[in-house]
Amino acid sequence: MPGPPGDPGAGWEPADDTPPWLRQRGHWRSRPRRSGPRECLPKDTGPLRRVPEDGLLGGVAAGLAARTGWDLTIIRLALVLLGLVTFGYAFVAYVLFWLLVPVAGTDRSIAARVKEDRRGIALAVGLGSMLVAVLVIVGAIGGRWVGTLGWPLIISVVGLVLIWRNSPAGEQATMRHLVEPLLGLTGGGRRRLVARLSVAGVLLIAGVSILAAVHETISVLWPLSGAALVLGAIAVALGPWWLGIARDLVAERRARIRAEERADMAARVHDSVLQTLAMIQRRADQPQQVIQLARAQERELRAWLFDGRAPGSLDELTLAAGVRQIQQEVEAQHEVSVEAVTVGDCELDDDLAALLAAAREATVNAAKWSGADVVSVFAEVEPASVAVYVRDRGRGFDPAEVPEDRKGLAESIHARMSRRGGSATVRSAPGQGTEVSLTMPRRAGERQPSRT
Amino acid sequence: MNAPSRPRVVIVDDHGLFRSGVRSELGDQVEVVGEADDVQPAIAVIGEHLPDVVLLDVHLPGGGGQLVVSALKAAHPQVRFLALSASDAPEDVIAVIRAGARGYVTKTISGADLVDAVRRVAAGDAVFSPRLAGFVLDAFAALPPADQAAPSFDPELDQLTTREREVLRLIARGYTYKEIARELTISIRTVETHVSSVLHKLQLSTRHQLTRWAAERRLI
Repeated sequence: MPGPPGDPGAGWEPADDTPPWLRQRGHWRSRPRRSGPRECLPKDTGPLRRVPEDGLLGGVAAGLAARTGWDLTIIRLALVLLGLVTFGYAFVAYVLFWLLVPVAGTDRSIAARVKEDRRGIALAVGLGSMLVAVLVIVGAIGGRWVGTLGWPLIISVVGLVLIWRNSPAGEQATMRHLVEPLLGLTGGGRRRLVARLSVAGVLLIAGVSILAAVHETISVLWPLSGAALVLGAIAVALGPWWLGIARDLVAERRARIRAEERADMAARVHDSVLQTLAMIQRRADQPQQVIQLARAQERELRAWLFDGRAPGSLDELTLAAGVRQIQQEVEAQHEVSVEAVTVGDCELDDDLAALLAAAREATVNAAKWSGADVVSVFAEVEPASVAVYVRDRGRGFDPAEVPEDRKGLAESIHARMSRRGGSATVRSAPGQGTEVSLTMPRRAGERQPSRT
Repeated sequence: MNAPSRPRVVIVDDHGLFRSGVRSELGDQVEVVGEADDVQPAIAVIGEHLPDVVLLDVHLPGGGGQLVVSALKAAHPQVRFLALSASDAPEDVIAVIRAGARGYVTKTISGADLVDAVRRVAAGDAVFSPRLAGFVLDAFAALPPADQAAPSFDPELDQLTTREREVLRLIARGYTYKEIARELTISIRTVETHVSSVLHKLQLSTRHQLTRWAAERRLI
């Protein structure tokens, strides 16, 4: 590791002199991360792991902090200082750590993935060669200071490219967030183009004037033209290759976007259509339920395809929509049909959401325990209150000797309602079914039932 | 109103599978005298057999079920119609009822309940499914009950009485007529009277809200 021993940033390993980038190899890799009581051991004794959630970039400093028990801020400051003292080589070390040290909870470092990413390696080599060419030319023209910072810069850039392409999705998003505004990659737009061109113009003029000032007026043309020739040679030799890489990248990006869209679509279809088809197969001998499932699925699919309403979404926040959702979910999850009727409709607030939650509980309860084929749900919106009745014609029970499981439910429904000023009553008798009546007063100022 | 012991029934639905399903569910409780799959064949078959009850799908390829009802209503008032639908679109259901159907049930109804509904319609009663009761309550809900004396176009037809609303509410909650009678401590006969009276209002009211409601409403 660069950096003199005993310097503050080198504190990642006080007890063991195995270099950190070796720790995740060999027997270290198979050693599970220890999660013993932290108060006994101030530091984590497992192998070094990055903690991107706590980190600014790759979470290396956070990982070091967790490992050594030192303060995170001190480690960060030390790293920055070290970077300045070592002319940037500490940043190279940081990037190497980022590549080689796995994220906490995993055993696979980014470097392990890089081996399979041939296109990424090509890109890194291409970019590296371009930067090396620029560096050599600039060095030849005269700026010696460039050489000292240039090499660590190039190595870091190459490392970062590999990290970018192979890091876990979460880290990629973070990096994109950090880098895209800097490069102006995200939005095109004339204003940004103008800004970029003017910055480039200013830099060019400044560079040429510095060169012209340092050298004598005529003789500056010789190294300049030489540099131009070398650049031209490199461009002719490597240009098509760079272009090819760039084209590949664009194509790859498009493919990735398409793949993401397809994955999103697949997830939606899986959540809805495929689940329903699976249930239909399992219940092929019960045509009534197959019809029910097919109908519910058709409604959902239509809503998604034609109204753009995602399955299971709650963007339709009205009481009738909520009742409809209860109906669909309970029909899909339990083998009953739910006859849902609503009269009037209104916006949902917290009170009415609680009413719906209680109604859902009562409906699920009836579907599970009553043994009835049909559960009736009736909701009526009145100016001063909203009432929901959940009724089944199932086995019923004697309220005096309620089994514990049902008592618990009845009590939880009751508590839910009374917390918000509503009321719940349960009427039942053995063999006569059960009816749960729920009433919730409406808040003042919202007393206009909206009718669609 | 004397119900024949085995009502004669014609089934009108464009799905052959559904017709045979209904036929087997009805079993020997009723006598199925004919079937039809569209408006014109239905009018012909019903005119030929003159059944007690027509089970009528709300949606037919050649137009709504109400076309069948209105084509036959004047010539054969003794033929009664029971609307069946899977779609639950209120405007379609209300259109069939207003054309003259004596009731409405969803296609998910059980065989026993369907037989019961057919008998009821054959006897001249109205059959309201919970959903229809909900629609009607909704349609008439904009104004207070008739006995609270609000000015209206035609108070007799345009408003429901408190009792009628109570009965409809219980139907919507899934109560049978018998259960409603017990709940309200009235006779089953009285419950039937209330329901028929609601049906009557639904068919004859010219209340513009009702028409507009039926046209504009898109709930399910």
